[in-house]
Amino acid sequence: MMDLIFIPWQLFVIGVGLAAVMAFIGLNGLLLVYLDRKIGGFIQRRVGPYEVGPQGILQPVADGLKLLGKQVFTPRGADPVLYWLAPMISITPAIVVFIAIPFGPRLQVINTNVGLILILAFTGINVLALCLGGWASQNKYALLGAARDIAQSVAYEIPLLLSVLPIIFMTGTFNLFDIASGQGAWPWQWYILYQPVAFLIFFVCILAETNRSPFDLPEGESELTAGFHTDYSGMAFALFFLAEYAYMVIGSCLIATIFLGGFQGPILSGAWWFLAKVYILLLIMIWIRWTFPRLRFDQLLNVCWKWMIPIAVVNLLVTLAVISL
Amino acid sequence: MITKTFSATLRGLHSLLIGLGVTRNNLFRSSVTVHYPRETANLEGFRGPVELVPTEEDPTKPKCTACGNCIRICPSDCLYMTAAKPKKKEPQEDTSFNGQTAEESKTEKPAKKPKPEPQSFVLDFTYCSQCGLCVQHCPVGSLRFSNDVYLAGFSREEFVFDLLAKLKSQAQQKEQ
Repeated sequence: MMDLIFIPWQLFVIGVGLAAVMAFIGLNGLLLVYLDRKIGGFIQRRVGPYEVGPQGILQPVADGLKLLGKQVFTPRGADPVLYWLAPMISITPAIVVFIAIPFGPRLQVINTNVGLILILAFTGINVLALCLGGWASQNKYALLGAARDIAQSVAYEIPLLLSVLPIIFMTGTFNLFDIASGQGAWPWQWYILYQPVAFLIFFVCILAETNRSPFDLPEGESELTAGFHTDYSGMAFALFFLAEYAYMVIGSCLIATIFLGGFQGPILSGAWWFLAKVYILLLIMIWIRWTFPRLRFDQLLNVCWKWMIPIAVVNLLVTLAVISL
Repeated sequence: MITKTFSATLRGLHSLLIGLGVTRNNLFRSSVTVHYPRETANLEGFRGPVELVPTEEDPTKPKCTACGNCIRICPSDCLYMTAAKPKKKEPQEDTSFNGQTAEESKTEKPAKKPKPEPQSFVLDFTYCSQCGLCVQHCPVGSLRFSNDVYLAGFSREEFVFDLLAKLKSQAQQKEQ
């Protein structure tokens, strides 16, 4: 106990925060896997997971335990260092990024004034992880999946940033807490009404950045087996899987903070409102996943370069004009 | 040109919303699948291995007249039957039945010729392709598909069924 006193307070806060964030990611992963499969089942008029626990609620736990128990296996010809580094690189930024997200008026690990930049920069590292994983697997499907992922992420990073810029110009800050608290408690005071186009573009870009259906080309099962994680099994695969769901949560958190008033709500402002908004967005993502078929690759890039980027630029210019008037 | 592109895009976006509506409607409908081990559906039309149909008077005796049509028509040669020598029925036996059935049998078969019976009736299910020709061609309707859909065994011999013995055991089970 004596030693704890000599740890700097900031470091202590970050340590506790990271532990809490990891628990949050794990719980969210379990819940989202279950919701994803159950809602998918209902949409397809099936029952979804049913056998493990009441209504199959323990299914993701059973899946996780199965993955834990599997042999850690390096395929022949794979790069031994990069192959195992890739899943770790994938999950680490996901954990780090959560420390800048304001969950509630007093629930934020670090209130930094470059929060938005931190999140957008760190989530970009995920592309590198998928690229390394695909490259190090020494597998044609993995390599193709990685190549697709890079082309997709690089393309969609541009409209993503272009659709955030109008908000930054309006608020004049990168601080997520200030952006959230700058909006009012009522829905008509949220930035989604000031920037509906930016909101739509941002949402679609988040879907594409998290490799979420209908933009799940890097792991398109029908043509690439499992894409970049074809050769991964056991916990390495579980880390990729967890990271994917963590990035979904991060994306929803960003949308909720920037466009939907963050933790503010008409009554009893706080973390509850934030979580409710995040989960509504996640449910919409799941709904979209089970509705739309996967895009073809040229369609994917056409949507980005021919529609999203020009619209985002026009939206930015109009916003600038209105602000300067 | 430009207006065409834009209107096509708008129509496309509208179709996306329609698609979301379709999945939303299906989300709140009841499921159409069946929890298989706990409940089953549509097993009525399922073809299990063929079995003999008992007569109305005696559930241990098949309707079969040992004509051999089924054996001749079977494309897989999986039915084996030997006919018993027709026994002469004594008039006492008829009276030993209760009145109604005896009367019925009398009216149905006025010629008092004893019915020929099979002595053994064996189905080698390992060859059977469940085509159903034997069931269709039985002149007295003595063959039908059973409801035994859960068949499993460790050897081929387990799937050579003695249909007469099976009929008797079924009759015993019914009595119990």
